[in-house]
Amino acid sequence: MALSHDEVLAGLAEIVNEETGIDTDSVKMDKSFTNDLDIDSISMMTIVVNAEEKFSVKIPDEEVKNLLTVGDAVNFITSAQG
Amino acid sequence: MTHAKLNQFEAVKYSRIYALGAARGDLVVTNDDVAGPIDSNDEWIRQRTGIITRRRASADQSLMDMAVDASNQAISKAGIAPAEIGAVIFGTITHPHQTPSAATLLAELIGANPAPAFDISAACAGYCYGIAQADALVRAGVAKYVLVVGGEKMSDFIDPTDRSISFLLGDGAGAAIIGPSDEPGISPTVWGSDGSHWGSVSMTSSLLEFRDGNEPWPTFRQDGQTVFRWAVWEMAKVAQKALDVAGIKAEDLAALVTHQANIRIIDEMVKQLKLPESVAVARDIINTGNTSAASIPLAMDQLLKDGTVKSGGLALQIGFGAGLAFAAQVVVLP
Repeated sequence: MALSHDEVLAGLAEIVNEETGIDTDSVKMDKSFTNDLDIDSISMMTIVVNAEEKFSVKIPDEEVKNLLTVGDAVNFITSAQG
Repeated sequence: MTHAKLNQFEAVKYSRIYALGAARGDLVVTNDDVAGPIDSNDEWIRQRTGIITRRRASADQSLMDMAVDASNQAISKAGIAPAEIGAVIFGTITHPHQTPSAATLLAELIGANPAPAFDISAACAGYCYGIAQADALVRAGVAKYVLVVGGEKMSDFIDPTDRSISFLLGDGAGAAIIGPSDEPGISPTVWGSDGSHWGSVSMTSSLLEFRDGNEPWPTFRQDGQTVFRWAVWEMAKVAQKALDVAGIKAEDLAALVTHQANIRIIDEMVKQLKLPESVAVARDIINTGNTSAASIPLAMDQLLKDGTVKSGGLALQIGFGAGLAFAAQVVVLP
């Protein structure tokens, strides 16, 4: 069963926390991965691959550059779950 | 109709690496030395790549100089005569001549003439591709001893303003002598390619475009995120398969020697493979940079030299890079 936006956000926050140590409460929909959370391109890819596994979705390389904010990622994952 | 019976090469059962040789570029290039043109700094480069210094060759030190130096060390340590070498295989993407090959000149310069000699273009997988071929040649009885060299002068093909790969790159050559063995010394190679990502690590243009004046001198570029994903998660599967076909488990390893592409790739692969702490992990990239085909023999030689691992232990070596091309095998450390 597809997860809600809130559930995906919570799961994504855990992944971000594990990769970067950033507090899960700081991972909010409007935060930019690069500018607000200071996540570099390599950590971003690690987060993407872990998100693919956790949410059973595919996030193609060419899509990653469009995921500028946490909200972009949550929305993509939610719709990709079908 | 009958015919006279042919002779064929007679196979030997096993092969192993007898000895390694290593030569690095004569210049120590710091992060501060390369940070300016990419608007970066020492901390940024360390954090993203693990590199503190990279070794580069001065104008006076050629790819062939480094290859000859590394080869002579390996030959001497192996205790064989150069004339006994039955094949010379040179993995390189920076030999500056389309033809003749680097390998034939190397064979001449080290006294292995008239051994068959050829280059292979498998980029950062070049050394492991060479070991796979040497293992096959030795066990098939085609050659008693094979010299495999991975060597690069990457600095001839870099753009100081490129933020994708140039600042990672270093110069060096590593060499190995492979020969017959009483015990298994090189596991079955797991290798392959994925040309669907042909452009992920490549040159900015072809030599023809450069000749026609349409493009500047070709230099290396990579799509870092695509390569990172492939290098960690796909290569971890290849590494695991190499362990499986070797018939060993991660805890049987003395060392993991990956291509020294980026410390973040190495660290993430260690995590994916769930390597126990008893396994030494080569991190020669910190001081040498990414030397493409040379990086694995340089890193393995360093582990042996500094006493981190001992001769006789098992090492998983895995090369991966432009092509995309990859190869992995478990070897007994010389």
